[in-house]
Amino acid sequence: MSGEPISPALPATDPDARQVPKAMRRFIADIGPTAALAMESCVHCGRCAEACHFYVQTEDPRYTPIHKIEPFKQAYERELGPFALAYRMFGLTPKITAKELQNWQELLYDSCNMCGRCSLICPMGIDIADLVERARHGMFAAGLVPEDFLGALAEKEHSSGSPYGLSTAQFKDMLHDIGAKHGVAMHVDEPTADIVTTVSSIDLKIYPSSMAAIAKILNHMGASWTFRTDGFDADNVSLTAGDRAGQRKITLSIVRAALACGAKTVLMPECGHSYTEMRWEAANTFGRELPFRVLQITELLAEGLSSGLIRVNKVSQSATYHDACQISRRGGATAAPRVILRALGVDLHELDDAGDTSWCCGGGGGVALIKRAQPLRDKAFQIKQRQVEATGAETVYTSCSGCRQTLEHGGKAANWNKTVASLLELVASNLKA
Amino acid sequence: MTLLEFARGPAFQASVSIMTAGIVWRLVGILLLRRRAQHATPRTSLAGRIAGGASMMISRFIPRRTFWPRIAASVLLSTIFHLGLAIILLGGAAHILLIKQATGLGWPNLPQGLVAIASGLTLGSMLILLARRIMHPVLRLLSTVDDYLSWLFVFLPVVTGILLAGEILGSYETLLSWHILTVELMMIWLPFGKLSHGALVFPSRGAMGVNFARKRAAT
Repeated sequence: MSGEPISPALPATDPDARQVPKAMRRFIADIGPTAALAMESCVHCGRCAEACHFYVQTEDPRYTPIHKIEPFKQAYERELGPFALAYRMFGLTPKITAKELQNWQELLYDSCNMCGRCSLICPMGIDIADLVERARHGMFAAGLVPEDFLGALAEKEHSSGSPYGLSTAQFKDMLHDIGAKHGVAMHVDEPTADIVTTVSSIDLKIYPSSMAAIAKILNHMGASWTFRTDGFDADNVSLTAGDRAGQRKITLSIVRAALACGAKTVLMPECGHSYTEMRWEAANTFGRELPFRVLQITELLAEGLSSGLIRVNKVSQSATYHDACQISRRGGATAAPRVILRALGVDLHELDDAGDTSWCCGGGGGVALIKRAQPLRDKAFQIKQRQVEATGAETVYTSCSGCRQTLEHGGKAANWNKTVASLLELVASNLKA
Repeated sequence: MTLLEFARGPAFQASVSIMTAGIVWRLVGILLLRRRAQHATPRTSLAGRIAGGASMMISRFIPRRTFWPRIAASVLLSTIFHLGLAIILLGGAAHILLIKQATGLGWPNLPQGLVAIASGLTLGSMLILLARRIMHPVLRLLSTVDDYLSWLFVFLPVVTGILLAGEILGSYETLLSWHILTVELMMIWLPFGKLSHGALVFPSRGAMGVNFARKRAAT
């Protein structure tokens, strides 16, 4: 199966050679002791390839995770590592060319979800997913983000605050329309609220019912809550594109919106990377510990079900659950969805590798937004397809709209007869009166 | 000055100095980089994070069960190689004597036959590891001159050690000289190439363990 790359050839345009030093500087700017240790420690054992769905499904060695950061590793050695002077003096590591960097675009974007499964297998303890995210900062600085959806959406997000360029007025109208359609009271721009809830742009465009579900559950809990039009879109496409400035802008708008209404909790939607960003990075961007909790929706649901604030009817259904990498493996919230499924009485048939070692759906990290990567994504999806089929379950629940969309697309391409559904919506549709 | 005197005298002093200075330089160069403060509310206490770091230093010796079918050969070969080296170094009578002379610490040696078996297994595993590196598409792609030099600088002392133990292809004194010199060559190379993972593995695992424990993420 090895050989030709699955993604179509990259555009033949010559990249701007002047951008390369900028890319490398951007990459190096963020390197601290942990990332440096990671780059210094690799023993080239190749085990990370065996944890990566793109390599496993294609056997193309270029998809070996640690290989994906090779130009940036070389830049570190030349410019920042303990022996950088020797590397430069004796030309031990050649300078990266613009063409090389362009050739790495497919490896850093199309074929990496930053899912971190490779980080689990590495015997040296190298967090390769973290290094890929840093390398994407460099690629963004070099103007080498894939131009289609991912690049376009990130650009729009940077300029408008929403990847689809939604104005606050449009957002407000959409929320009221969704509320009216589903018969649920929407709270928008309340001056004070305990919970500020954010949305994913995928939900806005494709799964608006999930916003109705959040509203329904928060109303059921009797919570003081609100959507805020000054900080609503948690999607943070900028993060996955590598745009640090855009990433900060989105994050800080949510932080400020929460501060403005004195929120005690910021609720993140069914979206993987947005949770990682808000839960683990927002405080660093803000410069100090956040004065509110950040919860992914499954964590809030699990808390509510455990405390009795959320009461549900039992569901007689057998199903399986797909873990979103950024919420479970990398986010530390693996237990929450299982608490919810138990409370609902779902007959859960766990996938092989459920929980922390779950295989990525193939769409995370912005890969779902790169059109040319679809054949590769579909290949990666086959692992999940086989595992779901082995459980015998008819429905796959997940807590990430990106995963949901990827599984639906993959299933469609494979003429799959399984239903992919949202765990949040399952809870909302089974609330006790 | 005989070759043995050279190996035991100036060459030994030089190689120890280069190795020590190189490792210290490398570690200090890494650890002095600007550390970014982590402001997110951690899921675990400081003690929990330290325990997470310590735990990962050990747990990464054995891969999770789910990974085994795809990496069994790699794990077994590298385990045999590293364990074999440890048996030779810490169980061989001559090495223990050397350590005792240098530090005053000593312990009973392992039976000579066991050390000989370990030597054979180490040598064999190294040859297979080299063949894999050349033939496996992933390893071939990742490999650099460093990988092959590092292999050579470990292989030479293993071979000369085996020859010395059996007094094959030369006098005892000549073989001892070459064994010491090849060990010194390895020591000189150690801080600069991937053999430095001997010094980096625990800090690297520990740092990741602390970071992941902060999130209570999978380790």
